[in-house]
Amino acid sequence: MQVSLRWLRDYIDIELSPEELADRLTMAGLEVDSIDEVSPGFSGVVVAQILSIKPHPNSEKLSLCKVTTGEETFPVVCGAKNIHVDDIVPLAKVGATIPGGYIIKSSRLRGEPSEGMLCSEEELGIGEDATGIMMLPKDLTLGADLASALNLKDISLDIGITPNRSDCLSIIGVAREIAAITGEKVRYPRIDLSEGEDDINDLTSVEILDPDLCPRYTARVIKNVKVKPSPGWMRMRLESVGLRAINNIVDITNFVMMELGQPLHAFDFRYLEEGRIVVRGSSEGEEFISLDEKTRVLSADTLMICDGVKPVAVAGIMGGLNSEVVDDTETVLLESAYFNPSTIRGSSKRLGMSTDAAFRFERGVDPEGVTRALNRAAQLIAELSDGSICKNLIDQYPKKIKMAKNIPLRVHRVNEILGTEIDAGEMKNILEGLEMKVKKTVRLGSPKSSRLSLPKADEGDYAVTPPGFRVDISREIDLIEEISRLYGYDNVPISLPSALAGSEVKDRKQILTDNIRVILNGYGYSEVINYSFTTPESANILRFKGDDKSRKFVRIKNPLVEDISVMRTGLVYGLLDTMRKNVNVGNFDLKIFETGKVFIGKEKGELPVEEERIGALLTGSRYDDLWHFKGLFSDFYDLKGCVENLFDALGIHDIQFKSDIDLDFLHPGRSCRILAGKRDAGFLGEIHPKVLEKMDITPRAVVFELDLLMLLGLFSKKMLYREIPRVPSVSRDVAFVIDKTMESKEILMLALKKGEELLENIEIFDVYYGTGVPEGRKSLAVRFTYRSPDRTLTDKEVSEVHERIIKKIVDSTDAKIRGMDI
Amino acid sequence: MNKGLEELQKKASAELDSAGSREEILAIKTKYLGRKGLLTQFLRKLKDVSAEERPLLGKLSNVIKEDLSTQIENLLRDIDVVRKDEALQEEKIDVTLPGRGVKYGRIHPITRISNEICEIFSNLGFAVAEGPEVEFDYYNFEALNIPKDHPARDMQDTFYVEEDIVLRTHTSPVQIRVMEKQQPPVRIISPGKVYRPDSDISHTPMFHQIEGLLVDKGITFGDLKGILTFFLQEVFGKETVLRFRPSFFPFTEPSAEVDIQCVMCNGAGCRVCGQSGWLEILGSGMVDPEVFKIVGYDPEKVSGFAFGLGVERIAMLKYGISDIRLFYENDQRFLKQF
Repeated sequence: MQVSLRWLRDYIDIELSPEELADRLTMAGLEVDSIDEVSPGFSGVVVAQILSIKPHPNSEKLSLCKVTTGEETFPVVCGAKNIHVDDIVPLAKVGATIPGGYIIKSSRLRGEPSEGMLCSEEELGIGEDATGIMMLPKDLTLGADLASALNLKDISLDIGITPNRSDCLSIIGVAREIAAITGEKVRYPRIDLSEGEDDINDLTSVEILDPDLCPRYTARVIKNVKVKPSPGWMRMRLESVGLRAINNIVDITNFVMMELGQPLHAFDFRYLEEGRIVVRGSSEGEEFISLDEKTRVLSADTLMICDGVKPVAVAGIMGGLNSEVVDDTETVLLESAYFNPSTIRGSSKRLGMSTDAAFRFERGVDPEGVTRALNRAAQLIAELSDGSICKNLIDQYPKKIKMAKNIPLRVHRVNEILGTEIDAGEMKNILEGLEMKVKKTVRLGSPKSSRLSLPKADEGDYAVTPPGFRVDISREIDLIEEISRLYGYDNVPISLPSALAGSEVKDRKQILTDNIRVILNGYGYSEVINYSFTTPESANILRFKGDDKSRKFVRIKNPLVEDISVMRTGLVYGLLDTMRKNVNVGNFDLKIFETGKVFIGKEKGELPVEEERIGALLTGSRYDDLWHFKGLFSDFYDLKGCVENLFDALGIHDIQFKSDIDLDFLHPGRSCRILAGKRDAGFLGEIHPKVLEKMDITPRAVVFELDLLMLLGLFSKKMLYREIPRVPSVSRDVAFVIDKTMESKEILMLALKKGEELLENIEIFDVYYGTGVPEGRKSLAVRFTYRSPDRTLTDKEVSEVHERIIKKIVDSTDAKIRGMDI
Repeated sequence: MNKGLEELQKKASAELDSAGSREEILAIKTKYLGRKGLLTQFLRKLKDVSAEERPLLGKLSNVIKEDLSTQIENLLRDIDVVRKDEALQEEKIDVTLPGRGVKYGRIHPITRISNEICEIFSNLGFAVAEGPEVEFDYYNFEALNIPKDHPARDMQDTFYVEEDIVLRTHTSPVQIRVMEKQQPPVRIISPGKVYRPDSDISHTPMFHQIEGLLVDKGITFGDLKGILTFFLQEVFGKETVLRFRPSFFPFTEPSAEVDIQCVMCNGAGCRVCGQSGWLEILGSGMVDPEVFKIVGYDPEKVSGFAFGLGVERIAMLKYGISDIRLFYENDQRFLKQF
């Protein structure tokens, strides 16, 4: 909220510099975001001296003046009578602006040229005197900028008001805070109005049909108003807080809202059918044109201010075009009401109308301040529009608004919560400085028993009644907060909890995740973090099947853009997207991984299943240093090696890779499921060229994705030492010629299944196609290692076992032996 | 005879001295010490010498033979060393070329900062807790004392999934979930992703927060100041100046915004701190009694404080990053710097 320091000074004396004031406010909870020097509502006005005055040849009221700024002399036509030769006066030069947005132009008045305008206090917004040209002190320098010469520059504070402090959404509110901080007294605006003969009750009535939503509605009627521009001082005040001047009546309602925090509305009484006000809910589909000339279609039960027939305002938000105050308005009905905050918020959200009035009503205005604001505005309307205020006001107050009273405050409790030793007297002073009524109470229970349950009204040391504008205060803790912020957070001594525990043991998942990061880092993979939301189109791009759970998107109802409108169900799309972005800027060699949640949607009303995944993508050169490994590109086996090592380093050994995979975003011949402990743990494979094409990616890429919780189930820090063998092993190499499509695992499994105790290890050391191997076949060279834990094996022993195994393999497959060591 | 022997030795020595190659030396060896060599021939003549002279000459010739042999061996060894040195010189490589192997990968700067922060709190006895990122309105708002139609909801724009399900706007719902399950004392830290519909140079629709909660008997606002001061001085350095100023969060009271003196200008005022000299770092406060009632704690028996901070903000300040979106573009040229 913008607050003008000049305006503030109308209500309180401020000794502090703007910077000090801003700091004190900030440290009391009213955060000052910026301090700006602002010029008054005029510019281009300079100090000038009258050289001569001659009568206007064509007008008796006007005179022709010559004025000088010291350097230049201008002819100015003037209508005022209080000027004399040698007077020092304000000259608005051609091009100058004066409050209300008027720009001075070069003109001819009744045939005589006028290059500028001599101004009154009122016209400049400096004071209220409109009777003649403003007389300036003789010692001002001619030609000087008037704002500087008279030190009229204002300071504007931009204050961030937290949602609980509706009482500070006014100049008076901020003045009250300053008073509480500095101890100065607030000067509330004077309200004395003289009422006319006509009684408001003879003219109109107010009926509230829904007292829950509108507990209080007050009104006054002012007759014989003259609608015209507001005087300069008011225009300047409004402009200083960022409001636009419209006409005196509307400006007064805005002025009082900014001054006291109570939004008001003025109706042109002649357009109120049946001459009365009815507060009621709208009916579904009802149409209403608001002041901003927009047609609003109302849903049922939007609280409306109506006349005897139709709506004339959206309660607490905006008036209607049908009852707007216009130039020829004569009688005004002025509204000052209290609306239920959440009702106003609801309407404002539904209609998408956020106005200054709604902003204040939804945060809560002072229920007791309603009539004061009404009277203040009526008085100003009478003063500034020559209107006459009807006798009496209407105050419909069917539902007493609940206000906190006699809140018990325990002195020891304040210090227990804050860790301070503030004495009772200081607490009392602070609260009274905030206009609270603080009464000493007689304690019934002992302090000990009172701590066992919530304080009862008679249990505190003090009974505190906050003022009506502090709608945020109803509990002891609210008082403690007030005491703490004015006592000063800086003054609360620093301490450490007496019962601090020792260092916390990390949980297993965290250890696992940390380990994975370190292992993958060591393998050259860098971590990325992608958005958890993605495009729904990703399901089609990745060719998820119709019944794939990856299609069960959690959809965001109000996404920023469609591209990020559903929660991801896997990590691959994000990794590919990261790859695309990097490739586009020339980063072709990528080793990246991500850990994070994916979200599988469930039934309506249920939270989705959140699964933790770990995914990686590999593309480009196999190694970073090209000079060593020119032209070596990474492929499936690079990433598979990474996965194998990852599992190995994590101590998870029961791992299988199975080609019977059915994921359409992976290359059908270069992909597999990953099983850990016999259960599906994820997948590994090259991205299907069609997917790459759809994503506009040229280079190939390999990915894997693993279920972190699955790994967690198998991840164990337990390790068991196995004896290092003391006897030598014996190796035999065999080359099997097998069908090209046969998987090497089949051969290995046959050997292992045989259950030979002496077989220690099997290792593939060469795969060969080409000369010497028939078309459609491949040669798989396998090294069998034999060892007994306790003795050196004889050649004969090894041969026996080895031949059994080979025979088994040859018998069970169509493998042929390709010579070598048998 | 004697003289002849000595001359032979001198001659052989001189020849060896001028020999440059292994081949020449070997030739000299054969010339003198070979089976038909000069010294051998000389020795053969010993039988013609008188019996008195024979032992003397025999001894002398053996000495000469040994001397020459030693000399030849030494020369051969020296030549070998030189040859090996020369061979090594030929093997010289360019040691300034880059080494071979895998370059170490990096962890994301957000993870790095988040881990660093969790580590500090872990050492203070805070355990890591987690909660869902797609969350019930109840946990994200209502249980945190933010009812529907309350202006405090304006403080956090929200992505909605359903009327009562949202993408969590902060990590605070974890507080509620933990307190619902666990009796005091509670000491948790909860890092994680949060979401708000905002996107510009200082906002991304997804970002990271860390929530902390400590509930026990007799916890005070002074303790909040103590713990957070310790924490921020661990992160930003022991000399870091901080200030606690009153603020408002619906689930804490009293609430405090914690600022540190701007790390860029040391409080003088600059672009980063908006000329104020201070940087908003985290929000905190004493847990509101209303929240305790919601989770079934007795606010008369326990008290506590909670705090929440934005990880991106701290990472940006620590690393001097000015555009938050860099964290999620995942450009390798960015990530490889951490």
